Amino acid sequence: MLNFIIRRLAISVVLAFLISLISFFIITLTPGSPYPWGELNPKITPQVKEAFKKKFHLDRPLIEQYWLNMRDLFNGNLKSIKDDRPVLQKIGERLPATISLNVLAAVISLSFGLALGVYAAKHAGKTPDLLTSILAFIFIAMPGFWISYLIVIGLVRFTDVPILGTQSYGVFFPNAASMWLDRFWHIALPAVVLSIGGIAVQSRFIRASMIETLREDYIRTARAKGLEPDTVFFKHALRNSIRPLITGIGGLLPGLIGGSVIIETIFAYPGLGRLGYEAVLERDYPTLVAINFIVAALILIGNLISDVLYAVVDPRVRLE
Amino acid sequence: MTTTASTASSAEVADLPLLLESPGRRMWRRFCKNPVGVTASIVIGLFFAVALVTGICSLLGVYFPYNPNTTELTQKLMPPSAAHWLGTDNLGRDVLSRLLNGSYISLTVGFVAVAVSLFIGVTVGAISGYFGGWIDNIIMRVVDAILCFPSFFLILTAVALLGPNIMNIIVVIGLVSWTGTARLVRAEFLTLRETEYVRAAKALGIRTPGIIFRHILPNAAAPIIVTAVVGIPDAILTEAGLSFLGFGVQPPQATWGNIISDGKTYLLDAWWLIVFPGMAIFIAALAFYLAGDALRQAAESRSERK
Repeated sequence: MLNFIIRRLAISVVLAFLISLISFFIITLTPGSPYPWGELNPKITPQVKEAFKKKFHLDRPLIEQYWLNMRDLFNGNLKSIKDDRPVLQKIGERLPATISLNVLAAVISLSFGLALGVYAAKHAGKTPDLLTSILAFIFIAMPGFWISYLIVIGLVRFTDVPILGTQSYGVFFPNAASMWLDRFWHIALPAVVLSIGGIAVQSRFIRASMIETLREDYIRTARAKGLEPDTVFFKHALRNSIRPLITGIGGLLPGLIGGSVIIETIFAYPGLGRLGYEAVLERDYPTLVAINFIVAALILIGNLISDVLYAVVDPRVRLE
Repeated sequence: MTTTASTASSAEVADLPLLLESPGRRMWRRFCKNPVGVTASIVIGLFFAVALVTGICSLLGVYFPYNPNTTELTQKLMPPSAAHWLGTDNLGRDVLSRLLNGSYISLTVGFVAVAVSLFIGVTVGAISGYFGGWIDNIIMRVVDAILCFPSFFLILTAVALLGPNIMNIIVVIGLVSWTGTARLVRAEFLTLRETEYVRAAKALGIRTPGIIFRHILPNAAAPIIVTAVVGIPDAILTEAGLSFLGFGVQPPQATWGNIISDGKTYLLDAWWLIVFPGMAIFIAALAFYLAGDALRQAAESRSERK
């Protein structure tokens, strides 16, 4: 087991290096000027340009730029162009909101995906299976921003559920419970919208895994010895089919965080995705490099954890 | 391929006379029997026809029902009516005309971006799977690294830096989304390169490119086609998302995403600005996904139910 973990760690270090290269070179190898302002802006004198170049080491050779950039990122000296605050600090402020949103969305995706997938597998090849598979594709094909607005239109018309931000301002809460309920409503909507695609993907995985398990010899044995079909299905088959859920957690992350750029913007939710969008609008290079790198690194760690969990559950994996 | 056909034959006695048909024809025959797949293909065909006709008409300067860029402020934010079937936007432009006019953008981005990603993915995957060893190792680590990035944000970053236009959007989507295809092609090559006909081809002294492109690639065609079809709606949805955030094809050109983006300010007064363009994106994407799934089922050597 230790051997397996060490091997995975070594690969992850290599991947982290590649990730840092990609996130850095997207910015530097993009044709066009690296300046966040227009070429014809009269306020930008050559001195200002020089200062900017020096600040971001753009006057150095490319390899050195990469090294200095990464060093600045890690010791917190990499500063946002927009407000001159350390990028790490800006990201750190947004991280808790994003993580809680994504964890909630992942929980919704996994639980509903599991239910839908098991239901489809139970009726494999029959009408309910066909309908759930079409439903899954409907979920994947719906653009997140569209469904968000449809939900917002519906909710604002017919209810008074709070929508934007993380909490309602200027509202008096008689007790802590109502305050938390208010916060819950704020996070629930974006989380539901974010999880729609994940539900579909997970349900397909679970269904495929269940159907594969149901073909195993031990299932036939269990049936042959006269166990109730439901016992065989929910005990023997289901327990052996939920492994993809673990890899699913790793696989969900990039989609969730990527999708949250749009969803967080719509719901004015102060997470990493919205910070990223603001940075794109302001052409804030250091922030963009840092967000791409940190999010990819987080996903890498997520994958590492899910790999190790997988090896704990299924010892065969360790031997690969 | 005859081996897979003979394993299927025991149960599908009715198919016996067709055992000698090519895998491609068998896939086509089975696809035609799937009502979901056929319906989806018809819908795709309709979208394609609309995009082609409106695209050509706009080149000729003919527009219907109205010019998508003509503003008429007296008619602004009109709900759907006989004159404007899908209503008008905040500048009095006809939503139906804008939807029709924007359709070719979505489909072009979908098809061309997938072509780019297929080209890269197939080449890289073929090299990786055929040669194996350290080449494979390096390529696969790069693929793993790219898969760690939240692809939408990576695409958004690159498009914003390059400048949003249709060319850049297509290239960036293609450059970011080839990894899935590469993995799939690599896996196919790993198994196919050990087959007897590939060994025979090697023994006959056929050169490596010939083996890769003439002997292995055609046998890996089915899964590649399926990923391509499923890649199209992914690209369409990505383009719509970029458009929505203001980094798609720039106004005044209408795209399905930017109609919604413009309409979101009038969210509660003009639902038709949100509902109809979103419906277009949704139906187009759904049709491609369902067609892709039907193709996948048709390509499977044996039915899942057994």
